[in-house]
Amino acid sequence: MTKGSDVIRVDTDRCVGAGMCALTAPGVFTQDDDGFSQILPGQEDGGGDPMVREAVRACPVQAISAGSPS
Amino acid sequence: MTKPAEPMEQSARTEPIAFPRDRTCPYHPPTAYAPLRDARPLSRVTLFDGRVVWAVTGHAVARELLADPRLSSDRENEDFPAPAERFAGVRNRSVALLGVDDPRHNTQRRMLIPSFSVKRVAALRPRIQETVDRLLDAMEAQGPPAELVSAFALPVPSIVICALLGVPYADHDFFEEQSRRLLRGADARVSQAARGELDAYFHALIDRKREEPGDGLLDELIHQQLAAGAVDREELADLATILLVAGHETTANMISLGTFTLLQHPERLAELRPGPGGTDPSLMPAVVEELLRYLSIADGMLRLVKEDIEVAGSTLRAGEGVVFSTSLINRDEAAYEDPEELNWHRTTRHHLAFGFGIHQCLGQNLARAELEIALRSLFERLPRLRLAVPAEEIPFKPGDTIQGMLELPVTW
Repeated sequence: MTKGSDVIRVDTDRCVGAGMCALTAPGVFTQDDDGFSQILPGQEDGGGDPMVREAVRACPVQAISAGSPS
Repeated sequence: MTKPAEPMEQSARTEPIAFPRDRTCPYHPPTAYAPLRDARPLSRVTLFDGRVVWAVTGHAVARELLADPRLSSDRENEDFPAPAERFAGVRNRSVALLGVDDPRHNTQRRMLIPSFSVKRVAALRPRIQETVDRLLDAMEAQGPPAELVSAFALPVPSIVICALLGVPYADHDFFEEQSRRLLRGADARVSQAARGELDAYFHALIDRKREEPGDGLLDELIHQQLAAGAVDREELADLATILLVAGHETTANMISLGTFTLLQHPERLAELRPGPGGTDPSLMPAVVEELLRYLSIADGMLRLVKEDIEVAGSTLRAGEGVVFSTSLINRDEAAYEDPEELNWHRTTRHHLAFGFGIHQCLGQNLARAELEIALRSLFERLPRLRLAVPAEEIPFKPGDTIQGMLELPVTW
């Protein structure tokens, strides 16, 4: 997978702070001070991390989307 | 609400069996669930009161339904299904967080999530390790044999959740006993009385903390949310009860049952026995994840259908009950290779031991940290740990509550 192949988005209105994204793909996701999912600076394209797909699937409320930029 | 008619669809291929049932082996789904396993992903089962509800047993359907807002968790609704008589009796009391729907659920959860984030839990790890080490010191000083539930499995999460909430651990005999009565009391009266005792305890604690603030999550909630009117005293006491009960009972069961299960799988356990540098800590996350999947201790999560849902060729009608058998869901062959094998070398991601959807366990990352530290340290410090009596003689919990060992006599 090449870097920059994805556009990652987090819907904080849906996020319930389970932390599954930060646990599954810690190189891309963290949690802000309120406990909500946050994309690490510079990782908005997924950084080529194959675990991003797993994080999308692991999110219990489908708050994360990873799509191609086009 | 009128009683829903029996569904027309097939899927109820077989006669609805009674649910829940006791496990025959503490780490396997009840053998009585074989007809449900064979009929994945959806069956009909009969609850203690004769009510027939849907039983979800397939992994994909469970994920879909647990994320569906047409399923309600509102335990104040008189149509909400009860797994046992004693829970039916507690119906007229609200159950914070896990027993409410959005938007109230969302408001409650958002007050709490900062305290349970991956980062906050990582910061708690040294304190968890310290607690675990202290309890193992005491066990070693006392010498073998020991009863592991009371000496280790229960105090580890109990001490940790007390520190997190700001509840005095000195009161642990009281709240551990009330939790036991609430979750496993003989009948509705016992459960209800226990709930009343916990209510009174937390009301008094909240009042005391208003005068003398401490540094726990409860103090934070009192001096921010309660002071700002975002939550009232009643709701705060409800939240504190749930956090305390869920925070120690579940993890204690995972430690006791996890230890028992590992001792019964010596070829697997051999990997956790310490080498020259101790037990490889990098192995632990996978071990814990697989134990969570394999043991599925919260086996029978309940929901109420609010609007008709078409799923897996059936229609779940408004007013019907739904129960999720996590032990069967987490051993679905469509989701896991060799699901009956305890094997942390295959991927066990996406298990539903912590549930799914908006109610997925708030404390799951705390539980993971506690389990990793407790299990690694236990086998590292006591490498010759073994059962002190034959496995068949050790009592475990009945099927209508969180699964775990009642006692765990060990020696080393």
